[in-house]
Amino acid sequence: MIEVKGLVYAYNGQKAISFPDFTINSGEHCLLLGSSGSGKTTLLHILGGLLRNYRGSVITLGQELSQLSESALDAFRGKHMGFIFQKNHLITALSVEDNLKLAPYLAGTNIDEKRISEILERLGIDSKRTAKVTEISQGQAQRVAIARAVMHKPAIILADEPTSALDDTSCEQVIQLLMEVARENKASLIVATHDQRIKSYINKQVILTPKL
Amino acid sequence: MSVIKLVWNYLLAKPLNTVLNIVLLALGIAVITLLLLFNNQLQENIAKNGRGIDLVVGAKGSPLQLILCNIFHIDYPTGNIKLNEAERIAKNRLIKQAIPLALGDSYQLFRIVGTNQQYADLYEMQLAEGKWWTKNLEVTIGSNVALLGKLKMGDVFASAHGMTEGGHAHDAHQFKVVGIMKPSNTVIDNLIFTNVESVWIMHEEHAEGEEEDHHHHDDPEDHQLEVSADFKPSVLVPSVSANDSTHEITAMLLEYRSPMGAVQMPRIVNSQSSLQAASPAFETARLFSILGVGVDALMAFAYVLIFISGLSIFIALYNSLKERRYDLAIMRSMGASRLKLVFTILLEGILLTTVGSLIGLGLGHGILALIANLIEEAQKAGVTALVFYTEEWILLAGSLLLGLLCAIIPAWQAYKTDISKVLAGN
Repeated sequence: MIEVKGLVYAYNGQKAISFPDFTINSGEHCLLLGSSGSGKTTLLHILGGLLRNYRGSVITLGQELSQLSESALDAFRGKHMGFIFQKNHLITALSVEDNLKLAPYLAGTNIDEKRISEILERLGIDSKRTAKVTEISQGQAQRVAIARAVMHKPAIILADEPTSALDDTSCEQVIQLLMEVARENKASLIVATHDQRIKSYINKQVILTPKL
Repeated sequence: MSVIKLVWNYLLAKPLNTVLNIVLLALGIAVITLLLLFNNQLQENIAKNGRGIDLVVGAKGSPLQLILCNIFHIDYPTGNIKLNEAERIAKNRLIKQAIPLALGDSYQLFRIVGTNQQYADLYEMQLAEGKWWTKNLEVTIGSNVALLGKLKMGDVFASAHGMTEGGHAHDAHQFKVVGIMKPSNTVIDNLIFTNVESVWIMHEEHAEGEEEDHHHHDDPEDHQLEVSADFKPSVLVPSVSANDSTHEITAMLLEYRSPMGAVQMPRIVNSQSSLQAASPAFETARLFSILGVGVDALMAFAYVLIFISGLSIFIALYNSLKERRYDLAIMRSMGASRLKLVFTILLEGILLTTVGSLIGLGLGHGILALIANLIEEAQKAGVTALVFYTEEWILLAGSLLLGLLCAIIPAWQAYKTDISKVLAGN
C-alpha cells in the first residue's frame, strides 16, 4: 500500500536526509523509530502528503504523491489519511462535536451524524459531545483527536509522537486504543516515535539513523 | 458545520475583540448614516419648500432671515413693508406672479399665514376635506396642525399675537376651520392659512387694544362696503384699493417672467430704501455652506472612526492568525485546500464589517427616529427615520470592501503557511 524507494528530502539550504526503502502492506502497522533529528517527522509528513518536494518515489495507494497538484494532494489527504499529532491540537473555538464535523466538512464530504455518535461512543466520550474542547481533560482531548482522525474511515492513520508525553499507563492505553481503532476501521497505523515503550506493540519497524 | 459557523465560532471565541471591532465600525457608520439621512432630507425639503419662488421681498434686515421666515417659516419676520411699495414691485413687467404674505399670529405655535389661493397653487397643496379659505377669518389648516393642535372641521379658535407661546390672545375675533389639507411632508403641514385681510383684522384689533390713540381704524370689512366708482383693486389684495398706503404685509414671493428678472429685480428692489430682496436658492446655498463646515467635521470624524475600526480589525485578524497557525495547519492536514482557508479568513473580515455596518445603519436610523420623536423642530422640518437612500447600499458595499481589505494580508499569510513546518513544531 505504501512503497518508498530511494527517498531523499532536503529542506531549503540544509543537508539532505535519505531514507531507507520500505513497503507497508494494507492493514499492516508500522513504527518509524529514531531519535530527535533523525527525520521521522519529515518521513511521516512525506507519507501523509504534507511535504511534496522530495526526490525518489513514494507510492501511496497506487499514487505517486509528488505527481499530485497541491489541491489534489489536499483532497487525497482529506480522503485517505487521518492524522494524530503529539499536541492533540483541537480547534478551541469549536465544541467536541463541531471539531469532529470539521473533518468531513474540510474534506468536502457529507457529515454523517450516525458516524459521530458511533465514534464518540466507541471512545467513551459520548457525554462530552457538546462540551467545549477547553472544558475537557487531556485524556479526553486525545480521544477526541483520535476520533477526528478516524471520522472519515481513512486507509492510513499517521500518528506523530502520540505517547511521548504520557506516563506508562496512559501510554499503553493510547497505543492499544490506536491499534484497536485502526483495526476496526481497517486502516494501517503508522507511528513516528522515539518512545521505546511502544516497540513491543508493533512488529514492523523502520529504523531511522540521525544524519551525520 | 459550515464555513459561516466556523468563522462565527472564531469570532465568538474572542468576544471582547469582536465587540470592540463591531462597535467601532458601527459608530462610524451610524454617524455617516445619520448625517446622510439628515442632510439629504433637509436638502430635499428645502428644495420642495422653495420651489417656484425666485425672489422674496421683505423689510430690510438679514436676507437669510427673510428666507427662513417666509419660505421655511422658521425664523421671525424682519418687519413689515407697505402694501403700495410691494405693489409697485409686483406690477413690474419682469414679474409673472407675486404672492403676498402676512404673518404675525399663531395658534399653539403653529403660524398663521395670510395669503391667497396662488400660494396653494404654487405648492400644489391638496385638501383632505373641506375647502380653501375664501372669506375673512376662514382658515384651511395643515395636517400636523389638525393632528397636534387637535382641530377639526368647523372648530373655532382665537389666535395669539406673535409666534411664541404666551402671546397676547386676540380674543375678539375667532378663526373658523373650513378645510384640512393632506400631509405633504413640507412646512405646509404646520401652517394655518387664511387671507391677508384676516391678519389685518387681528392686528388692528390688537393695535387698538394697546394703543388707544391709534387713528387708522379701518376694518377691511368696511372697505368692501366702501367700493366707489373709482375703486381700483390692489393687485396683491384685491379688497383694498391700489396704492393703499395704510396697510402692510410681511413679505411678497415673486416668480420671474424671464431669466432677465434674476438680473434686474434684486437690484430694483434693493435700491428702494425700505425693501430688500433675497433669493431662496442663493441663501439656502449659503446656509448649507455654513452648516457644511460642521457636517464636514462630523463626516471626517466618522471616517476616522471607520479607519480605526479597519485598523483594529486588521490587527485582530493578524494576531489571531498567529495563534491560529496550528489550527490552519491541522485543517490543511484534514484535507482543506489553501483557497478554502483563504476564503475562511476573508469571510471573517467581511462578516465583522457586515455586522458592524448593519448595526451602524440600524443605529443611524434609530437615533434619527429618536431625534424626530423628541425634537419637535425635526418633525416640523419633515425629517423621518423611515427613509432609505441608495447611499446606504454604498456604505454597506464599502464595509464589505473594508472587511476584504483588512483580511487580505492575513489571508495571504495563511495561504503561504508551510503546514509541515508548523505541525513539526518549529
